[in-house]
Amino acid sequence: MNDALDSGASPENGSDEPLVLDYTVVKDDFTRAGEASGDVKKKLRMAGINPAAIRKVSICMYEGEINMVIHADGGGIRVEIYGDRVRMILKDKGPGIKDVDKAMQAGWSTASEEARNLGFGAGMGLPNMKKNSDSMDIQTVIGTGTTVTMVVNY
Amino acid sequence: MTIRDVVSITNAKVLAGEEDLDREITTAFGSDLMSDVLAYAKDCSMLMTGLANAQAIRTADMMDIGCVLFVRGKMPDEQMLELARDKEMVILQTNSFMFTTCGKLYAAGISGGTL
Repeated sequence: MNDALDSGASPENGSDEPLVLDYTVVKDDFTRAGEASGDVKKKLRMAGINPAAIRKVSICMYEGEINMVIHADGGGIRVEIYGDRVRMILKDKGPGIKDVDKAMQAGWSTASEEARNLGFGAGMGLPNMKKNSDSMDIQTVIGTGTTVTMVVNY
Repeated sequence: MTIRDVVSITNAKVLAGEEDLDREITTAFGSDLMSDVLAYAKDCSMLMTGLANAQAIRTADMMDIGCVLFVRGKMPDEQMLELARDKEMVILQTNSFMFTTCGKLYAAGISGGTL
C-alpha cells in the first residue's frame, strides 16, 4: 500500500500529501459500475472543490470505470486528492488496447451488446476522458491490461 | 418552470423526490446513450431517457442533473429509486415517447443545452 502511495506522490513543487482513495472494480458488475465514481464525487464535494472541476473528475472517472467493467476483467482505481489537483489511476487486468490511436477516435468501439444495453459502448469514452482531463496517459500491454492515468487541476 | 409543471405537462408519475417538486428546470437533455449525456449535457437540470437501469441515475448524478424523466413507460426498479433518493434526485415517468415529451417541454419553454 504505502510504497505505491509514495511513488504516486512525487514531491513536485513540494506538494502536500494527498488524500488517497482505493477502489476495486469487478468485471461485469453492471449494477455497481459507477459506484466508485459516485463516492469520489461525494468526497470531493465535502472537500469543497469547485463544482466544474468535480464534474470533470466525475466524467473522467465514470467513463474509465465503465471501461474497466465492460472491456476488462476488472481492476483497481486509486484516486489521489491534492490541494490543487486530482490524479486518477485506473489499472485493469484485461485484453489491453490493440490500437490506442483508433480507440481515441470518437465513434470507434469494440464494446459488446451488453455494454450498449447499459447506455455505453458508442466509442465516446476515451475521447471524453481526454477532453475533461488536463493530462491523460495510457499504458497498455496486450493480454495483460491497461493503466490510464488522468489529472484534473483546479 | 418547476418540476411540478413538468409533471403536469408530460402527464408523468412521480416515483421519487416528491418533496422537491418546486425545483426549477431550465434546460434538459434527451438521450438513451449515457456517453452522450456525459459528453454533452452540461448545465442541464433534467434528463429524459428510455434507458431504465442504474447507469441512468449514476450518469445524471455525475452531471449534477437532479431530475430524470423516464419516457416510453420505462420503469426503474426499486434499487434504482433507492439510489436516486440517496442522491436526492427527483424521478419521473411518463408513457409518452421521447419525441413527444421533448416537444411538449420545448414548446413550454425548456431549452436544450448548447453544443
